Amino acid sequence: MKKDKDTEQLRLEKLKKKLQKKSRRNYRRFQGIKINPSFFHKSQIKFLLLMLPMLIITLLPIVYIFSHAFKSLSELYAYPPKIFATRLTFDNFRNLILATSQTGVPFIRYVFNSVVSSALTIFFSLLIGSLAAYSFSFLKYKLKKPLFALNQLAIMIVPVAIAVPRFIVMSELGLTNNMLSHIIPLLAMPVGVFLIKQFMDQVPRELYESAKIDGANNFQIFWKIVIPLVKPALVTVAILAFQSSWNNVETSSLYVDDEALKTLPYYFSTLTLGTSAIAAQGMSAVASLIIFVPNIVLFILLQKNVMNTMAYSGIK
Amino acid sequence: MKSVKKKKFNDAYLFIIPYFTIFFTFVIALIAISVILSFTYYDTINFPSFVGLRNYVNLFTQDTDFMQFALPTTIKYALIIGPVGYMISFLMAWLLAQVSYKLRTVLAIILYSPSLTSGVLMTVIWKVTFSGDTRGYLNYFLLNLGLINEPVQWLQNTSMIFGIMIFVGLWASMSVGFLAMLSGILNIDKDLYEAAYVDGMKSRWQEIFYITIPSIKPQMLFGAVMAVVGTFNAAGMATALTGAYPPPQLAGWLIVDHMNDFGFGRYEMGYASAMSVVLLLIVMAFYSVSVRLFGEKKEKRIR
Repeated sequence: MKKDKDTEQLRLEKLKKKLQKKSRRNYRRFQGIKINPSFFHKSQIKFLLLMLPMLIITLLPIVYIFSHAFKSLSELYAYPPKIFATRLTFDNFRNLILATSQTGVPFIRYVFNSVVSSALTIFFSLLIGSLAAYSFSFLKYKLKKPLFALNQLAIMIVPVAIAVPRFIVMSELGLTNNMLSHIIPLLAMPVGVFLIKQFMDQVPRELYESAKIDGANNFQIFWKIVIPLVKPALVTVAILAFQSSWNNVETSSLYVDDEALKTLPYYFSTLTLGTSAIAAQGMSAVASLIIFVPNIVLFILLQKNVMNTMAYSGIK
Repeated sequence: MKSVKKKKFNDAYLFIIPYFTIFFTFVIALIAISVILSFTYYDTINFPSFVGLRNYVNLFTQDTDFMQFALPTTIKYALIIGPVGYMISFLMAWLLAQVSYKLRTVLAIILYSPSLTSGVLMTVIWKVTFSGDTRGYLNYFLLNLGLINEPVQWLQNTSMIFGIMIFVGLWASMSVGFLAMLSGILNIDKDLYEAAYVDGMKSRWQEIFYITIPSIKPQMLFGAVMAVVGTFNAAGMATALTGAYPPPQLAGWLIVDHMNDFGFGRYEMGYASAMSVVLLLIVMAFYSVSVRLFGEKKEKRIR
């Protein structure tokens, strides 16, 4: 009798171990191929290979911008055409500095205008955009549906379609020859509101409910609970806002006459017009490099905030 | 309950007012003006004069360039670039999520860089690549390999121009939707995968269809909308590539190009506005299809 019981128990234990082993094997396999790994493993190479064709063609603009900026004039027009500069030269940079020192307005003024207007655009568009997105995702009010429909409609508008009306409105409002002309028209970003709203939709409603029960008001919930959870969306919108402001030539050329209030990309676009075509190519390459690099820097700085926000939030 | 609701001021409006003040002034008002202008004749100098539906009637009955080239090319372009670009974006986002942080950041920048560079630069690169003489990168490369004996006129052949436009469009398809999908995938709760594998999920394909896509539905919808809208924003590509205005036999001539031509080339603002309204209706049709495909069937909202 006793022996029987023992063997029975032994059998059960064996079965248990077998099951555990199986799930561990499954688990280990899962660990080996998990998403968002913390280290490089050779199993990831196959994913890199799949990306390779796309990476090669998307690498082109970066290679082009960098190599052109450092190419000498003879190499810019060399036959056979070269993708990479063989001899690095700073001639183009020197030409650009020379050209910038000859303008009436100090070069640093354009940089200042661009940096200030971009920074303010990012800050305020994120602020008002996330407030609006919060109301779309969490709050209840009469005009919600029509307003959201209008927001979606605005996403579908081609910018060229409203170029003329914009000119009318800008001059009616007196938003010309003003630092604010660089900022205010860019603050409403329908795409940004839509994106932030989509991320907010993923925040569990229980979180909102329990905060409400604990006595938090909407502004507290917005600032303390929801905003930290949608950081990835905010980061993405910040990148978009920066792009729209930093690369904006239109405002400077159409709405601002005062040379001291114009921005860097506009200044660069005029700089290359005056000089000879050959020197201009090298200089405009450097100019596009200067315009391009802050995009990359910001991207790297902000990417840190994209990952794992949900993981630390205590939501399971 | 009702009395409590009445007493309280709905603070939702505090959240919405700052955004919508600016939004109405700089977006909605402009759209409204544009719609009104579409019923007028407006040459930017004289005050617009009302002409009723004439612009629309002309557009569909007399403008052969619009009906034969701009409209079909735009729709063909959108039907190819929208879905294919969207799939590539998702695939790239998913693949990027499989590598570790530092490498991923570098690769993400590379993939996103076509969207970071301005449109002018983008066409310059492809122009030198597809240039028809022996100096073009592609011709030079193919000549060296001995695959061709004489330079190919990439940008003179009308069907090739469209093909190259598709290529450039796909090249630039990793836009903000791609970034949204990437951060969506990265933020999926890992426990979900773990649980699914313990429950017997076998392959990574199952993982994509049962865990990844359902978990990032909001981002998938956003990506789809942006893919659709983005395709209609493309303008001036054929001209920039071929260096001819208008491009040979109006190859790759898009509605936005046609709009620019009438609006800023001939100053027929009313007519251009009518075109923008038609374009908006087309985009809306594409939008509603993508919402139907990727949107949540029923809003599972508590509030």
